[in-house]
Amino acid sequence: MAELRKARIATASLAGCFGCHMAILDIDERLMELMKLVEVDRSPLTDIKRFTKRCDIGIIEGGCCNEENVHVLRDFRRNCDVLISIGQCAIMGGLPAMRNAIMHSDAPLRECLEEAYITGRYIRNTTHDIPNDPALPLLLDEVYPCSDVVEIDYQIPGCAPTGDVIYETLAGLLAGKFHGFDRMHIKFD
Amino acid sequence: MATNTPDEQMTGPAVSVPSIPVEEIVSICQTYGNDRHRMLDILRDVQDRFRWISPKVMETVASQTCLSRIEVEGVASFYSFLSQTPKGRVTIRLCDDIIDRFAGLAAIAEAFEEELGIKVGETSPDESFSLEYTPCIGMCDQAPAAMVNDVVVTKLTPDLARQWAQSLKAGKSPEEIVSDRFADLSPHARATAQVDNNIRHAGAVLLGPVPDDAGLKTALGLTPVQIMDMIEASGLRGCGGAGFTTGRKWKFAAAEKAEKHFVLCNADEGEPGTFKDRVLLTERPHLLVEGMTIAARAVGAREGIIYLRGEYVYLRDLIEEVLADRRARGLLGEAILGVEGFDFDLRVQMGAGAYICGEEGALISSCEGLPGEPKTRPPFPVNRGYLGYPTVVNNVETFCHAARILDRGAQWFFDMGEEGSHGTKLFSVSGDCLNPGLYEFPYGLTINELLEMVGGEDAAAVQVGGPSGTMIARDSFHRRLTFDDLATGGAIIVFSGERNVLEIVEYYMSFFVHESCGYCTPCRVGNVFLQKAIGKFRKGLANPEDIDYLKDLSGTIIETSRCGLGMTSPNPILTTLKNFPLVYSAMVKPSKDGIRATFDIQSAIDGARHLAKRRSYIYDEDFSK
Repeated sequence: MAELRKARIATASLAGCFGCHMAILDIDERLMELMKLVEVDRSPLTDIKRFTKRCDIGIIEGGCCNEENVHVLRDFRRNCDVLISIGQCAIMGGLPAMRNAIMHSDAPLRECLEEAYITGRYIRNTTHDIPNDPALPLLLDEVYPCSDVVEIDYQIPGCAPTGDVIYETLAGLLAGKFHGFDRMHIKFD
Repeated sequence: MATNTPDEQMTGPAVSVPSIPVEEIVSICQTYGNDRHRMLDILRDVQDRFRWISPKVMETVASQTCLSRIEVEGVASFYSFLSQTPKGRVTIRLCDDIIDRFAGLAAIAEAFEEELGIKVGETSPDESFSLEYTPCIGMCDQAPAAMVNDVVVTKLTPDLARQWAQSLKAGKSPEEIVSDRFADLSPHARATAQVDNNIRHAGAVLLGPVPDDAGLKTALGLTPVQIMDMIEASGLRGCGGAGFTTGRKWKFAAAEKAEKHFVLCNADEGEPGTFKDRVLLTERPHLLVEGMTIAARAVGAREGIIYLRGEYVYLRDLIEEVLADRRARGLLGEAILGVEGFDFDLRVQMGAGAYICGEEGALISSCEGLPGEPKTRPPFPVNRGYLGYPTVVNNVETFCHAARILDRGAQWFFDMGEEGSHGTKLFSVSGDCLNPGLYEFPYGLTINELLEMVGGEDAAAVQVGGPSGTMIARDSFHRRLTFDDLATGGAIIVFSGERNVLEIVEYYMSFFVHESCGYCTPCRVGNVFLQKAIGKFRKGLANPEDIDYLKDLSGTIIETSRCGLGMTSPNPILTTLKNFPLVYSAMVKPSKDGIRATFDIQSAIDGARHLAKRRSYIYDEDFSK
């Protein structure tokens, strides 16, 4: 009998800090066991930039702050059977979504960029320019959680989630018996 | 520091904020015996005289009443009629109810804005006018309406609004505009000059002919227990909305051993669309006080309070006159009607624009000079209420019924209405109907029958019981107005097929967001989330899952809120989800292949396109093709 094919996993970091990807590595030596069950397709961990095949599980870190994030996220949705948001930024917008708090302004995006690059007290920007290279993706009007842009199947909360909860979720999903989180793993206070 | 007299301030140059003389504040405090429990009265007086409550005033009031400044500020900042910035000499409060909006509020606001040269929410630089919105002022049967200082103006049109603004600018007082000889009118005539009663159908109990104090005279011949037995046997239930059996409430309070007992009347009808108490207070004030006096005899109270909502300040003189008249005739005060040991007197406590004070715990807090926050239950007010003493709090209509029951007998009342809902009920009908106004009918009327009566056969939706009640569609118009079927505190709001149900729901949620006292998180935050979610539906940005989100969040708010406000605030959403499901399902956009149709990338990057002065490599056709 042919060996069962390995499950394919893809990951991406959108508007996040890569902390959740570091947390994936916190699985530590259990990675060896996991790698017996899976192969990693498109991911910063493998440096594969495009999907080579359809994947079983997609893991998304970070929310959407620019058009490229939206593009990548939609690409993941189209190419993954199960899509998981991992970490606070992907689930709620997280730290980048602080800019959504600029509400009482006619041009919140302009105000945000000006403070970040020109008027902020601790800014040293000798050119007084806001970066605008044609290669830079356009920013969205605000930062969106992933679930606003595509349907998300599972969310692993945390900033970042622990290696344990990530491992258990993946192991559970792969074994077809994921029944939610152990309370201690998602209790943060 | 030099102190000005108020006169000098009025005429003085409007360059700086006038200082408020300390001795005036001290004297206001002394009027109320420096009693911290009269804080709301003190601050209301300051607001009336000086048009704001300055930080300095708070310090003075605090030291007079032996409180900290922050406690005074807690009260001053709680009530919307108290202001911590100077208001104009004339404050115009436009009633911003959904009924007023449908009746043309926008045009009225525009007319005032143009004439006064200020926007809603602003005070003119010379401090002559403030213009603002306020939630329902209880004039839905004659909308659009507004309060001009203490005067109420109804049935406004843009032309009438302009006339008012011009007369006010010409220096006329609001009272003079109502009538040239306002001061000579009786308080009752003053009230009816401002507001129509619109009594459309008088029933047997309240609005028909009512003999003077017949109930009270019967009560004098009965023991307290007999009175309470009679009220209980009549089947009378509270008319404010909750419907607790009145006789039992009185018995609980009477059974409580205490130095003092209190009888409080809840005349804070803030539920949008309700105005029945307004009419009772205008036309049957004696009956109300009679009912309170009977309750006082039953439970052994010597003191009482009528808590009158701030919006009904135009009725204050009328009620005060009634109280004075009854004192003079020996119907209030010591040894009432010559019965030794039967002493009862009451005062009017003015509210200051807080819907939550209609909740009995919040009402008691407010009477005690605190911010109008509900109290933790138990203990219930009948056990420990006002100042910690057993307290009966009943609605205006309930007391009036009680007085009539004493006169005509329990059986007479019991025989009207239906099993479980006895007697008559006042219905304040407003909205899209020919004859908005007050209707008194025995319980058990169907919505269809009522609609026929009010000329609202075209109704597509009826809101029963105000925002915290139930909104029903045509398929439920056969249902009956009883406690067990469609319970209502009195509000019946009729909406025709032209009205947008979601607009109504969004308005009601904004009302609850505004009126939440903020004490508990589920209500303070949850209602904001509900309002935002409804906004998404209206804009067509809702996912199918958002319907479940509405239900889940509503359930959480209902289960975890501290008082009735949060326990009922999701009702506009829940009842419309149930009775108008198509309105919601028509507005949701399902995802396509897992990609949300509700996220519009083009509008999301449009701002950045303009800022960066370039187009998108990914989402603009000329690049991506």
